[in-house]
Amino acid sequence: MINVTINDIKLKVPEGTTILDAAKMANINIPTLCHLNLHDIKMVNRTASCRVCLVEVEGRRNLAPACATECFEGMVIKTNTKRAIRARRTMVELLLSDHPTDCLVCEKNGNCDLQKIAADLGIRQIRFEGEQSTYEKDSSSGALYRNPDKCIMCRRCETMCNEVQTCSVYSAVDRGFETVVGPAFNLPMLDTQCTFCGQCVSVCPTAALTEVSYVQDVWNALHDPDKYVIVQTAPAIRVALGEEFGLKPGTIVTGKMVAALRRLGFKKVFDTDFAADVTIVEESKEFIDRLNGKGRLPILTSCCPSWVKFIEHQFPELLDIPSTCKSPHMMFGAIAKTYFAEKFNIPADKIVVVSVMPCIAKKYEIQREELKSDGVENVDYVITTREFAKMIREAGIDFTKLPDEDFDNPLGESTGASVIFGTTGGVIEAALRTAYEWVTGETLQDVEFHGVRGFEDGLKEATVKLKDMELKIGVAHGLGNARRLLEDIRDGKRFYHAIEIMACPGGCIDGGGQPYHHGNLEIVKARMNAIYEEDRRKPIRKSHENPAVIKLYQEYLGEYGGHKAHKILHTHYTPRETI
Amino acid sequence: MAKYDVDSEKLKRLEDYIDSIEQKEGALIGVLYKAQEIFGYLPKDVQLFIARKLKIPAAKVFGVTTFYSYFTMEPRGKHVINVCMGTACFVKGADKVLEELRKQLNITEGNMSPDGMFTVDSLRCVGACGLAPVVMVDGKVYGRVKVEDVKAILDEYREGGSTQ
Repeated sequence: MINVTINDIKLKVPEGTTILDAAKMANINIPTLCHLNLHDIKMVNRTASCRVCLVEVEGRRNLAPACATECFEGMVIKTNTKRAIRARRTMVELLLSDHPTDCLVCEKNGNCDLQKIAADLGIRQIRFEGEQSTYEKDSSSGALYRNPDKCIMCRRCETMCNEVQTCSVYSAVDRGFETVVGPAFNLPMLDTQCTFCGQCVSVCPTAALTEVSYVQDVWNALHDPDKYVIVQTAPAIRVALGEEFGLKPGTIVTGKMVAALRRLGFKKVFDTDFAADVTIVEESKEFIDRLNGKGRLPILTSCCPSWVKFIEHQFPELLDIPSTCKSPHMMFGAIAKTYFAEKFNIPADKIVVVSVMPCIAKKYEIQREELKSDGVENVDYVITTREFAKMIREAGIDFTKLPDEDFDNPLGESTGASVIFGTTGGVIEAALRTAYEWVTGETLQDVEFHGVRGFEDGLKEATVKLKDMELKIGVAHGLGNARRLLEDIRDGKRFYHAIEIMACPGGCIDGGGQPYHHGNLEIVKARMNAIYEEDRRKPIRKSHENPAVIKLYQEYLGEYGGHKAHKILHTHYTPRETI
Repeated sequence: MAKYDVDSEKLKRLEDYIDSIEQKEGALIGVLYKAQEIFGYLPKDVQLFIARKLKIPAAKVFGVTTFYSYFTMEPRGKHVINVCMGTACFVKGADKVLEELRKQLNITEGNMSPDGMFTVDSLRCVGACGLAPVVMVDGKVYGRVKVEDVKAILDEYREGGSTQ
């Protein structure tokens, strides 16, 4: 431990502590902008590029960036001297001098770290007038929107993409005033190995990185009398949406969410969870087939479109191991435009399917050719949790006062197994609940598999006894962890029977389309707890016991994994290059 | 192996060079230097090849290529002309010399003459302000250059170029 003094407060801190962290221990706030410490996923952005955390250190001529300066024995720090405060203000003013001032109509209005710090420091005018950098905007993917004009060069996106997700799409390009963070050769994002996980969006302090919005398209569809617009919501929405309306993180708002969707004008409010139950019966069937020698082990879950694109680029030699199941929301789209259309006698071309997703990659996924039917998309629009919240506000709905309402049937019925799809470990746990009963013929006494749960470990392993067989299960969340796992599988260093991978740390609850956590991952943990709570509340907790799913197969699909199920619910993968 | 849209014989030379480096970590700048020596410039596919060969992200290679003004992604002419645009040269009319060079070489877009003989570029102070304005051709310095001198300078290389 070493002794430091901050603003006359004496304290002992462990060696290696930064001034910023020491100040926190003394309950002193030093403003930061580029700095980001996501301890739980082992990401620290310490580029010290924005210089808004400058403080005075006794005996040192220059001001020190608190985020990147380690304390030393006897250090005397002043965070609020005239000089420090003036320097911080100047830094922000300089940033603003090359930043668009269109806050009123900016996507991040009210959620922007730069806007907040300018307000906190009381900046009322921009003293420095100079050149403004303008770059090409990129929405080539239909998922991720890049507007480098708003980039403040904090490099958080780069750290996230290189170190956590290991996709290495971004780098600083050019030098001096012209520097911009972008992909290799200034390619459109669509032509890179970007998986559109959106974690860069989650950590971007400004609107340099956001999602491509489809809110207006959804409004247009809702107001078109010739269209029959239905909606599905992913499991992770119901445990995060409340945050947008001031509710405590982890508040379950399923009933209010359904009520809000109905008031927005959707003809039917359905649940992706229904399709998640379908995914589980299909995937469990495939898993058991592979256990019986039909196909290669391990089987990898395929619900996450970002993860699917990752394996296509990074491990094209392993494309025979992911399950061929489409992701739940794509299954939903395909079922809606066939089974539902026929059952309710609605022409499929009048049906517009909207997915509310915690995800940005889903916006890319719906455009994939192999997931269309005769060139027509099975899901027409994907909007994020954030976009959905905007629609609720725009429509003047007082969200917190809404009554609790139920999903419509038949595509709204779901089990606890499908709810947990929204968190890391959830898909494999749901599959285990079904596979266990199908293989053993016995009823599962305890449906909870705690070995695959949890946020802290990026790689989890569990062993599950199925009669006389020991199933080895692997779970990875975050693409860097997925890469480590896949390398070991490719090199024969590890063996598993089944693996679940989700691209985002924590799973969909921390998806790139969720309400911004501003660096506080406790919010994500609260969402995870809420997901398991929602599971416990469900009367049915195993996918194969979902009566609506059983009926779907009886009336329409036939056998699990049968010919028709394959045609509608399965897909294939394409090897891709890495740029 | 992936296909690269560049001269395969030159690519082989680059590959042999990279294979000869024992410590590949931290070798990027040296490799880029060598690649530019071989190809004359660093087209996208050469950078991509280097990235894969050194197992580093292409974005990083591109970042380094664009950071250093020495590296260029544009093909260069047989002769490289640099006009000094430092303060002294500029006030002595370097901009007019540059304009004349581009005019005589029919350069309207980019920096290279359509016949591929010349690339015209500008640089900051070469430290010969007493000779302002200064023009450098392939490293040879021409001082106190006037617009009227441009044709004679170019002819030196045109003739030389055709007999070489």
